[in-house]
Amino acid sequence: MSRWKTIALPGWGRRDRAPQTAARPERVAEVRAAVADGVAAAGGVLARGRGRSYGDQAVNGTGRLILMERLDRILSFDEGTGIAVCEAGVTFADLMRVFLPKGWLVPVTPGTAFATLGGAVANDVHGKNHDRVGSFGDHTAWLRLLLPSGETLRAAPDENPDVFAATIGGCGLTGVILEVAVRLVRTPSRTMRVAERRIRDLDDFFAAFVAARDTATHSVGWIDALAQGGAMGRGILETGEIADHDPAPPVPPRPRRVPVEFPGFALTPLSVGLFNAVYRRRVPEGGRERAVPMERFFYPLDSLLDWNRIYGRRGFHQFQCVIPDADARAGVGRLLEAISAARAASFLAVLKTLGGEGRGMLSFPMRGYTLALDLPHGSGIPDLLARLERITLDHGGRIYLAKDSALSADGFAAMHPRLGDFRAVLSRLDPDGRLSSDMARRLRIREDAA
Amino acid sequence: MTGETWLILGASSAVARAFARAAAERGDAVLLAGRDGDDMARTAADLRTRFGTPAGVLPFDAADTDSHAAFVAAARQATPGTLNVFLAFALMPDQTAMETDVALALACIRTTYLGAVSVLAHLAPVLEAQGRGRVVVLGSVAGDRGRLPNHIYGSAKAGLHAYAQGLRARLHRKGVTVTTVKPGFLDTAMTWGLPVPLAAPPDACARACLDAAARGREVLYFPWFWLGIMTIIRAIPERIFKRLSI
Ligand SMILES: Cc1cc2nc3c(=O)[nH]c(=O)nc-3n(C[C@H](O)[C@H](O)[C@H](O)COP(=O)(O)OP(=O)(O)OC[C@H]3O[C@@H](n4cnc5c(N)ncnc54)[C@H](O)[C@@H]3O)c2cc1C
Repeated sequence: MSRWKTIALPGWGRRDRAPQTAARPERVAEVRAAVADGVAAAGGVLARGRGRSYGDQAVNGTGRLILMERLDRILSFDEGTGIAVCEAGVTFADLMRVFLPKGWLVPVTPGTAFATLGGAVANDVHGKNHDRVGSFGDHTAWLRLLLPSGETLRAAPDENPDVFAATIGGCGLTGVILEVAVRLVRTPSRTMRVAERRIRDLDDFFAAFVAARDTATHSVGWIDALAQGGAMGRGILETGEIADHDPAPPVPPRPRRVPVEFPGFALTPLSVGLFNAVYRRRVPEGGRERAVPMERFFYPLDSLLDWNRIYGRRGFHQFQCVIPDADARAGVGRLLEAISAARAASFLAVLKTLGGEGRGMLSFPMRGYTLALDLPHGSGIPDLLARLERITLDHGGRIYLAKDSALSADGFAAMHPRLGDFRAVLSRLDPDGRLSSDMARRLRIREDAA
Repeated sequence: MTGETWLILGASSAVARAFARAAAERGDAVLLAGRDGDDMARTAADLRTRFGTPAGVLPFDAADTDSHAAFVAAARQATPGTLNVFLAFALMPDQTAMETDVALALACIRTTYLGAVSVLAHLAPVLEAQGRGRVVVLGSVAGDRGRLPNHIYGSAKAGLHAYAQGLRARLHRKGVTVTTVKPGFLDTAMTWGLPVPLAAPPDACARACLDAAARGREVLYFPWFWLGIMTIIRAIPERIFKRLSI
């Protein structure tokens, strides 16, 4: 019998703070015990990493959660292959801290170092270099998965390949990931040479990205989502190349944790608009170039621990979708119009390019442009999110489940042509449907809606 | 490499694991001892991978006191440099379960008190002969007073505190320090799901233990405010205390 605790574990958007029932194993034997308990419980069971997904994906209101954060050991590293075998609770912060000084880098990282490798697999996460290197699943050598039956199974592109493809981007629904073998790459430095330039409007942005895609290793655009009319889409394009060597003296690594809570303040279109304008102006007219520690380039928000609290008690949503290249300019334009028309105060929106489909059956990426932004919760927001879903579908796009809290089950099915394959694997690995989440129920991921 | 080795007794607990990491990060070698061999092998692999320091595993069962002489010999054998000891094991069953099941109460005492005295008694001559080294004994604020909700475990920890006091005096004469750390509630598997306030992170406790050992401190409350809390709790007259259920 595992010990279970009743505790509020909302998604990163802090929308639903109802208490849940969670175990927090410290040893593999305790994970097994918790899974055995959890599959017998009403509502089923779900693994959770560090809760950096925004919506209801790592939430299992009627069932049980297994918090994997304490399983954080790096089990081996092979200098020949670059493969690091890690327990699922190892975070990107761990990988950076341990391997950067040795000259090794994880080739794909999300925008927060607090995410775990289990979560990175379950969402097949992408970085600012997706065009070049693909997503996390492309660098996953193999996985060890604990099934609801209690059996463990190794999955790799050539070993149980369908289980592998279902688990990459599989939202935790194929089993509890115990271990992730990730392929690291050599890096000549831990410094990023970052170039920033101001962007006038959306056309300017697309033109800049078309060029950056071929020339830059990393690229990300920050858009002032409140700008309307001719200024719509104005912002900053940031590109980054790994430096050949660290500047001397080497830039000291950033402190890992800021042990303070960011105080709450009111978000209004006025204050946010001011912030966005200042953010853009900090880059001079003619652009600028600097060398920054990699962590600061990859994780700009991590220096404010618990920054999600600035959205206050009602919490917030994040919306992220990808629109295929051909329709991207039109689609992104319509999304931005809908957002600014709703006057939904939002900090900077992020625009990035993606290079192609992931290995997972439910992987998010496709070749195109991805737009992401925060929307503080309010009365008009559900309608706005429904409009954004409609626009995404109209333009052949896909919504990112790591961020989602509002997608419809039909919309979800329409966005995922391989959903049938995914369901077939689930019915084999988890015939009784013992793995579940609020998201899985909302999107009817298991059931055939037809 | 520092030439120091930490023998970690009860190496699967969250505090012990955090302590092993903090010690390895400093460059100390680590010898993990406990019952869950698979778990300790994982921790040892983690320390070697992260810090490049030696990390080994030895099977150890605190309750099996007959095995302790051979265990200590093996530990000495596996330690090239200076042997230091972090004693972190304990067994804390539910108090009410122990009230109805006396065998469970005795199991708690056997591991938490007898097991600790036994292994430390076997280690003491080794440490004396070495003429240096540090011992950290993880006690508990539960040992500071017999409180209704946790007095069987508390009594075992109280016994351990007294033993560690005497051992401190004995080993001090040979240049070995003994530090008793009394954590309040720690946020670990032991307290998960129990209604405990103010649970502190185990890695902060581990760093405090390592730091206190380096300074040769005698007694440390962690976090520090527990010294104040326990001073007050100890000051309550027994006549009143017996009516309380804190
Ligand atoms: C500031 C910020 C920036 C971000 N930037 C990016 C970005 O640039 N690119 C990107 O792709 N994503 C990004 N994300 C999203 C984030 O990377 C993902 O949500 C990621 O999955 C979070 O990992 P986690 O460990 O917190 O997982 P959780 O949020 O706890 O869980 C997410 C999913 O993973 C599953 N899961 C977790 N651990 C396991 C396990 N051991 N076994 C099985 N299933 C498991 C859960 O069941 C759930 O379905 C960002 C998030 C934040 C907060």
